[in-house]
Amino acid sequence: MKKILNKDSNVVEEMLDGYLSAYGRYYEAIPGASAFTYKGRRKNKVSLVIGGGSGHEPLFSGYAGKGLADAVACGNIFASPNPQLIQSTAKAVDEGKGVLFIYGNYAGDNLNFDMAEELCDLEGIKTAHVRVWDDCASAPKERIQDRRGIAGDVYVIKIAGAACDAGFDLEEVTRIAEKARDHINTIGLATAPGSIPGLDKPTFELGEDEIEFGMGLHGEPGIERTTMKPANELVDRMYRELKAEMNLKASDEIAVLVNGLGSTTLLELNIVYHDLSRHLAEDRLIVHDAEVKSFCTCQEMGGFSITILRLDDELKKYYDTPCFSPFYAREEIKA
Amino acid sequence: MKSLTAAQTAGMIIAACDAIIENKPYLTEVDSKIGDGDHGIGMSGGMEKAKAALLEKGTFNDINTVFQITGMTMLNSMGGASGVIFGSMFLGGIKKLEPCKELDGEIFTKIMRGSLNSIKERGKAQVGDKTMVDALEPAVIAMENSDKDDLAALLDKAEKAALQGVENTKNCVAKFGRAKSLLERAIGYQDAGATSVSIIFGAMHSYVQNL
Repeated sequence: MKKILNKDSNVVEEMLDGYLSAYGRYYEAIPGASAFTYKGRRKNKVSLVIGGGSGHEPLFSGYAGKGLADAVACGNIFASPNPQLIQSTAKAVDEGKGVLFIYGNYAGDNLNFDMAEELCDLEGIKTAHVRVWDDCASAPKERIQDRRGIAGDVYVIKIAGAACDAGFDLEEVTRIAEKARDHINTIGLATAPGSIPGLDKPTFELGEDEIEFGMGLHGEPGIERTTMKPANELVDRMYRELKAEMNLKASDEIAVLVNGLGSTTLLELNIVYHDLSRHLAEDRLIVHDAEVKSFCTCQEMGGFSITILRLDDELKKYYDTPCFSPFYAREEIKA
Repeated sequence: MKSLTAAQTAGMIIAACDAIIENKPYLTEVDSKIGDGDHGIGMSGGMEKAKAALLEKGTFNDINTVFQITGMTMLNSMGGASGVIFGSMFLGGIKKLEPCKELDGEIFTKIMRGSLNSIKERGKAQVGDKTMVDALEPAVIAMENSDKDDLAALLDKAEKAALQGVENTKNCVAKFGRAKSLLERAIGYQDAGATSVSIIFGAMHSYVQNL
């Protein structure tokens, strides 16, 4: 595999160094940790800290900024950050109002963030967490806590960031972030595997003409493997899953995210939205907003995911506040 | 051999680190069958740092420090589930342990039992869930059931029990981690975490045997 890497170097360190050097206008490294803070963060509010394994850029490093997260803890490739790293990140931005952690629901992240919360507690930092589990293909609804977090992270971070900036206390911010999490579902489709930088082997095997619905970002098996089909048939199948899962009905108001998993091009992703938007119109859903690009990837993995956020007046208020990071920006939406 | 000095204890742990580092490609291969293939990278990275930290410290007043440094270094460098779980393999057992100058069979068994309990509490895994507990628990039970006077014999039993535990993971579906969603497709493949446990016990056994 031809990857742009240096010999025997720490890929996460080098990536972060490059990122923070380039975007030093916005971000500041936390010394001695694979973590950074957003320089322009508002003071005197609950701090929002996000994190997870590296290798999924722009998730998580791309979602710190105005109206978004205050700091990011970056783990090794596809591995959760460690407890001390998470705690230093929280400590760097705590304003005495508490810290909300948002991360994907994976065994490693849960264990490390839990331990980090214990460490924070010892230092008198109040904490809470919201685990994102939007991937409805990863486990049935009855075992929702076994579901994984994928592109839906972006919406939860956006809404939680806005709620933190609105000045609510930790309990209220957590409630709003959980509410957002509970109104989001995602389904993915893999066309080709990604790889761990430095390892020659792909993270999973998928035949030249095969695709898999519901496959996880790290190659976790999905719900159905089949032969490659035209875009509209792929989108049909995925939309049907989401519609049933979320019980979508006419005049429901939604926001939609079409996410590329790494090597799928913007051209293809826009074709996905072309097919998806016809379904949304047919079902008379009200699309408040839609975005199409790569938000949450797995190196050169091929495929895409569709995320739907069901909005109500409260969530819409936080969804609509402007936000900015080099990878995620939104202007004020005027009705 | 009845007991190890603190320096020998450090030597034994460093031998375990070396064995994991050496087996990085093997662990990667085992993990990529049903996991995402990063177990070897994570474990060897953590144990390289643990070895370096032990060598840097150089002299030890008690065996507790050896376990403490190993566990903390792994916990705070690896990340992932393995960082917490394998960090706890060294930290969990010394939490309430008075400083000990030497590591004898009784104390070693007590430490490993404490670590096992701490791992099961954090990770909520039981034997049969296709995790490292499948190797660690039988190893601890084997230690508890054997004569504590001969460390090499004690670790021999622990290693054999751990290896049997690794074999047993081939028959289970996974309840944790990325292999979980494979369901019965994971059957026939051994768990990478359990494999690491057996490698660690194997290396500790050879170290003590060759003293």
